[in-house]
Amino acid sequence: MYRYDEFDQTLINERAEQFRRQSARRLDGDINEDQFKPLRLMNGLYLQLHAYMLRVNVPYGCLSAHQLRRLAHIARRYDKGFGHFTTRQNIQFNWISLTDTPDIMTELAEVDMNTIQSSGNCVRNITADHYAGRARDEIEDPRVWCELLRQYSVLHPEFSYLPRKFKLALTGSPHDRAAVAVHDIGLRLHHDNQGRPGFEVIVGGGQGRTPVIGKTIRQWIEPRHVISYVEAILRVYNLYGRRDNIFKARIKILVNAIGIDKFRKLVDTEWEQIRDTGLQVSNTEFERINAHFLPPDYENLADQGDELAAKRTREPAFDAWMRSNVTGHKVPGYAIVNISLKAPGRIPGDISADKMEHVAALADQFSFGELRVNHRQNLTFVDVRQIDLYLLWEQLVALELATANIGLASDIIACPGLDYCALANARSIPIAQDISLHFANSGKLQQVGNLTINISGCMNACGHHHVGNIGILGVNKRGKEYFQLTLGGSADEHASLGIRLGRGLPRAEVPGAIERIVDTYLTIRQATETFLQTYRRIGIEPFREAVYGPVNVSRRVA
Amino acid sequence: MAKILIANRLTDGLVVFYAVDGNWVESIATGQMTFDDAAADRLLAAGLADEHSNRVIDPRLIDVTKTAGKLIPAVLREAIRAHGPTIAVDRTL
Amino acid sequence: MPLTNSHQNIIDPYIKIGPDDSLPAEGALLVTLAVWQDHWERLMRRQELIGVQLTSDEHPEIISDDIDQLDLIALEFPTFRDGRAYSYARLIRERYGFTGELRAVGDVLLEQLHYMERVGFNSFEVLSNDPATDFEIAANDFTVWYQTSGDQRRTATMLRQGKKNHG
Repeated sequence: MYRYDEFDQTLINERAEQFRRQSARRLDGDINEDQFKPLRLMNGLYLQLHAYMLRVNVPYGCLSAHQLRRLAHIARRYDKGFGHFTTRQNIQFNWISLTDTPDIMTELAEVDMNTIQSSGNCVRNITADHYAGRARDEIEDPRVWCELLRQYSVLHPEFSYLPRKFKLALTGSPHDRAAVAVHDIGLRLHHDNQGRPGFEVIVGGGQGRTPVIGKTIRQWIEPRHVISYVEAILRVYNLYGRRDNIFKARIKILVNAIGIDKFRKLVDTEWEQIRDTGLQVSNTEFERINAHFLPPDYENLADQGDELAAKRTREPAFDAWMRSNVTGHKVPGYAIVNISLKAPGRIPGDISADKMEHVAALADQFSFGELRVNHRQNLTFVDVRQIDLYLLWEQLVALELATANIGLASDIIACPGLDYCALANARSIPIAQDISLHFANSGKLQQVGNLTINISGCMNACGHHHVGNIGILGVNKRGKEYFQLTLGGSADEHASLGIRLGRGLPRAEVPGAIERIVDTYLTIRQATETFLQTYRRIGIEPFREAVYGPVNVSRRVA
Repeated sequence: MAKILIANRLTDGLVVFYAVDGNWVESIATGQMTFDDAAADRLLAAGLADEHSNRVIDPRLIDVTKTAGKLIPAVLREAIRAHGPTIAVDRTL
Repeated sequence: MPLTNSHQNIIDPYIKIGPDDSLPAEGALLVTLAVWQDHWERLMRRQELIGVQLTSDEHPEIISDDIDQLDLIALEFPTFRDGRAYSYARLIRERYGFTGELRAVGDVLLEQLHYMERVGFNSFEVLSNDPATDFEIAANDFTVWYQTSGDQRRTATMLRQGKKNHG
């Protein structure tokens, strides 16, 4: 993974010292909250319901065991002993003191981490496929480009006061695990018809109150031009994005208002002017960064066929875990292992300092000391020897971290919701807990198979409800929490937005409604259809009827 | 309805309540309750003065009810601020 | 409003002229776009310093043909959140080739001076008793930059290369 050199380190240290001075001015009363707020937000420090919350970037989801230990230390020393992984591959601490924040930034800088631009109307943490560099279906590892774009966007003097926040996601695989279609810019590496790798550039996707699937602005662009192309998009957006209405300020609104063709023309005209300037990525710089992403020292191993199969037959729990949490690796004899942070009844994405340290030790022992944070709020070891899988599983079981539910119905995305977040209208976490416990008790988890349930506590959609196969949106009606269900959302290469099922339900009715939806699917599915495939074949009506009753009975759609 | 003055403390961001002695306290139980508009206005004025002098952020009056001897803000959001997340904060997770 | 260039506090030699003001016969003038357009011929004939001030809704392309005639271009920040003038500044410097005074006016905050300088501003109206000292502090927050942005600073990439070349 990328390690800071003296120049990166100097910049990050200087940023921490700058914030030390800024927060001192605030604490001394030299500046008021209105003046300070944009400064702290640009450093990821929010004021939430209970205290300050600090959001730490995990760049494109890559984390070392050493860094994870530092996060554990921060959780323990400066917070209540745990952290929360988010859908943007970040980690949040919920009870941070302003007076401690400069020290935390310094402690992060010591392990090549920072909080820069994890909030504010600027380019946010760049996210990526959590299997980057390891996936069997991958065309090329996108992480070098992630790092180049990270450096390009950090403290960019022209683009630090954009109309609104700006999110980039990258993938190097045909199967999209990074939800690139619902980002301000999505970059997808693929081959052109001559077999040359390049980026498809998707623009104007996003969730929030106006969910939009992004549109392809350019089918293929040579990677060395990707930064100049991103700059052209950012400049057009900075100049023409709306600034009169915060709800209409994202780039998706601009792209929709003028149309993708006109937007493309503006971008291409701008790009022609800058493509051959210093923004072109030189071979030297590419190679310097690429050296950080070279494969680890893999042993020459064969895939473990019979031996694993025998263990799986002997141990059904191991078999279930292998089926849902473990996936193929591009190198023979190795596997990718997902660690679920979604045990039934637990808080999605939360992890204690103790467990962080245990996971760090396991990463050292089993996966070259590195791990990934993925956008579904789980952790991933990307380089596990297949001969170690059983031993790793046993250790994860002992830590209660071997929940076999990756991609299944209890692997629920949930934003912090009204339990923590100042923007939320309703709670998200208790709904996730209700549903995951419900599935744990029903025993239907494996039978139902792949199903994503995503929960947001307000229309800002941090819980990605628009792209959940089942989406749940918390709303506040006359002071009471209600939950609106959407069906048919998907965040992969065939991205789609969920359709609203009907009127909002009180919390107590949500698990029952989910159960009726799932039972309907089990009844009408054909052969090996997933929930999403069945939904796409048959439409929303049978599910609507299952939840709200037959159409001829008066059915109010709120 | 009875009112109480809530804010976040500047230094650590914690939720605090205005107490009779003019200090800000972390427990709603020791916050100063008011029952009439004039007293509420005076309370808010004191809070705004403390915001101006950079002790607290966003002081505001909230409605509270007393249930089984416990002060509960009428609005769920403020109740969660006063009493913490409604979910168990499980540190062994 | 107190004014600084990137070295010292300066006295503004320009008289600001809006649409309702009459044009003085003498003196350095900083005029709005409307005044510039309405009195273009007359203003072009003057021998004294002349500048145009643009709001953030006014794209500088409108004056790009006149750029060689101008001594000053002032760009307004109606609020610090409105970042359009950062892009305008780069276009004015890098695309239209303006070499004169590029001034930031409006809601110009201490923390932004550094970004402003990097995109090509070289004078700043700041609500401060001593804007030059403020600028000095703000401009020294960082010694490393990742991006090329039209100023002469060497980026981290260039510094790495230089280090390599010189051993």
